[in-house]
Amino acid sequence: MTVETTYRRHDRPLWRRLLLRPEAILIFAIILIVVLSIIGIPNYLRPNPGYTFTTLLLNAVPILILLLPLTLIIATGEIDISVGSILGLSSASFGLLFEAGVPLPLAAVLSVIIGGLIGAVNGFLVTIVGLPSLAVTIGMLALVRGIAVGILGTTSVTSFPPEVTSFVRSSIPGTPVPWLIVVFVVLAIVFGVLLHFTAFGRGVFAIGLSSETAAFSGVNVNRTKFILFVLSGLTAALVGVLFTLQYSNAIGSNGNGFELRAITAIVLGGVSIWGGTGTLLGAIVGGLFIATVNKSLQVLGIGDDAIYVITGSALIVSVVIASVASVISTRRRVTTSAT
Amino acid sequence: MSHLLELHGVTKTFGAVAALAGADLVLDAGSIHALVGENGAGKSTLVKIIGGLHGRDGGEFLLDGEAVDFKSTADAKHHGIAVIYQEPTLFPDLTVAENIFVGRQPYTRLGFVNRAEMRRATLELTSRLGVVIDPDREARGLSIADQQIIEIAKAISLNAKVVIMDEPTAALSGIEVERLMGIARQLRDEGKGIIFISHRFDEVFELCDTITVMRDGQYIATNAIADVTVDEIIKQMVGRSVENLFPKQEATIGEVVLDVAHLTRAGVFEDVSFQVRAGEIVCLAGLVGAGRSEIARAVFGVDKYESGTVTLDGATVPRHKPSAAMELGMGFVPEDRRKQGLAMTAGVQTNITLAIRNQVAKAGFITSKLEQGPADLWARRLQVKTRALDTHAVMLSGGNQQKVVLAKWLATNPKLLIIDEPTRGIDVGTKSEVHRLISELAGTGVAVLMISSELPEVLGMADRVLVVREGRLTGNLSRADATAETVMYAATHAANEEVAK
Repeated sequence: MTVETTYRRHDRPLWRRLLLRPEAILIFAIILIVVLSIIGIPNYLRPNPGYTFTTLLLNAVPILILLLPLTLIIATGEIDISVGSILGLSSASFGLLFEAGVPLPLAAVLSVIIGGLIGAVNGFLVTIVGLPSLAVTIGMLALVRGIAVGILGTTSVTSFPPEVTSFVRSSIPGTPVPWLIVVFVVLAIVFGVLLHFTAFGRGVFAIGLSSETAAFSGVNVNRTKFILFVLSGLTAALVGVLFTLQYSNAIGSNGNGFELRAITAIVLGGVSIWGGTGTLLGAIVGGLFIATVNKSLQVLGIGDDAIYVITGSALIVSVVIASVASVISTRRRVTTSAT
Repeated sequence: MSHLLELHGVTKTFGAVAALAGADLVLDAGSIHALVGENGAGKSTLVKIIGGLHGRDGGEFLLDGEAVDFKSTADAKHHGIAVIYQEPTLFPDLTVAENIFVGRQPYTRLGFVNRAEMRRATLELTSRLGVVIDPDREARGLSIADQQIIEIAKAISLNAKVVIMDEPTAALSGIEVERLMGIARQLRDEGKGIIFISHRFDEVFELCDTITVMRDGQYIATNAIADVTVDEIIKQMVGRSVENLFPKQEATIGEVVLDVAHLTRAGVFEDVSFQVRAGEIVCLAGLVGAGRSEIARAVFGVDKYESGTVTLDGATVPRHKPSAAMELGMGFVPEDRRKQGLAMTAGVQTNITLAIRNQVAKAGFITSKLEQGPADLWARRLQVKTRALDTHAVMLSGGNQQKVVLAKWLATNPKLLIIDEPTRGIDVGTKSEVHRLISELAGTGVAVLMISSELPEVLGMADRVLVVREGRLTGNLSRADATAETVMYAATHAANEEVAK
């Protein structure tokens, strides 16, 4: 006779699972920074010239969209650091095509397709050829940026129809929420569902946890990675088009360094840089955290160089924290399993 | 006269597993001493203790009549012990000469590495061994045979007194084996003591003068080669009762489920054909490295193969596409559960439902709630001991981990389940539980293809034993015909057609 048991779903109590996760900690941190800024920085709420909640969101949105597919790539244990350059090339080609008389929507679609093709080359080199994604996308970061700056030279295209550019910058009537946020929310839902609520997403995490186990479980590891690199390229190029319209400025240097901010946001948000764990929500909250910190720094009048220093430090610190946490939990495992 | 090397009553345990429970070995200078035993008999552990890789838990270890206790491999080398492994570990980017003298390069008076001297010494060593290897070429791309020669040259240059060759011929061709045996004889004539580990009795009987048999980590017997026959050695290697350990249920054997025809992958396996029927347990037996796992992996599609067909229940299984094999009703419990069977840092539920993620999904969407049902059901059926369903696999015992892997594949409701080493590294209690499960599974009409390096397990579980030797099927034995002797014979001897040549 065997005793019928039904297992508990979770080992740890609800409050620990909810409050001790990186997402929760980051939300506390965001609230803390906002409160401290309100108290400590004069004009934080009414800065000159008009740095509003809407501006904060508009500034954050390119990174927030970029990090969506990138989170899935990192969850498989790979990385794509060419996204900033793909953004730049998309911006440049969009401007060039538009200037050459191609209708605006067609120019946009073609630019996004170019981004997808670059993503496909990344995916091909990583999966079929079997090169490390870090090396491949570093190469692509330089190569694509070179092309982006090269095709437009030192000029930039700014002659986009004002009605289009002002619409891209506008907010949903009666709210401070820009339309671009709607684009982000839609994409976030798509990628969030894909990662957390589909068999494909289960495969993504399985690859990050152990690609051999994933392969033995019927996950097509190469196909999954290839799809993700293509999605990353497409998305980065889409951001390039939107970014160009948002600032009415097509130039090859657009999106410079965005990959660093996106990766920082993702890792801060608790997605393991080794793959296998994390949530898309965490990555998004990470992006909002960086935007909040940036806003405070900008209102304080601290320049971009300091922001780079802070972003870089945040990336390293979050990786250190994650690995320290994993060492601690391994130790705990060893002691508990010994008893 | 004192012996060159003496070990008495050596014991070694890893966790709860006793790898050595009283191993003896006496080696004389100017002798080639065979060490034989089944996989897992403790030969490799013994070699690692002699080579300084592992410390021993108990027993005597004498070198030239003096008690020694090696702290490291460097310590063992310093005392004149050299181990040549089946797969040598040269630095691929260094030259042959650099590999031989790595860490102890000769220097010129100015303090630079003396390449000329290194080259000269290397040429002298290789010519002494009667082989031609360019000292300046990179080790990368050298044949395994040449790599072994380089290891031996290194051993000689270190003035090794004891040379241990751990299955050196497993990956060599006929001519290379002859060359290696010539070198072994030469070393013997120079007064070195050689320990030769091999599963090939023809080589052992041709080359060695003394033979020691081990079984279950224990010393069984030492004989002069002239005094024993192959049959006697095999009996010593496997002699134990098997029947009572594995209570196999009778199952009705039905239609053919798996049909493998002429499966070939160059250099790995060749022209492999067999069938597995519903309710039948077929075991692939053979030595480690014979190609059993590779055949199974190709059948499932994790590995590629060049020609041949795999048919499951009448449908052709596409090559190199595990997801298609799974859809047709194939499951695979892999050899290495930590790397291939489980996501160690994911929960029990995630692991159990990974292979059924497509079936769990409703209208394409999965939630943790949907996964909970099957995870709970299969964990319960296999009596997995875990605190909760989100407990990471890494926190479970080996036996429970294996149950999770089995649960993961039983949940797919397979028609054919391939199980590679079902009980490796798990405790005896769980072992018999796993055997009972496999037997019950066959009882429900599932076709089972099992790979095991443990002969008793093979004999106890199998309805039919397929013996693989060097990538070819060399035996197809019914349960009645399969004995330790017949399986061992097929696993170690060339197949009949090769003898005929």
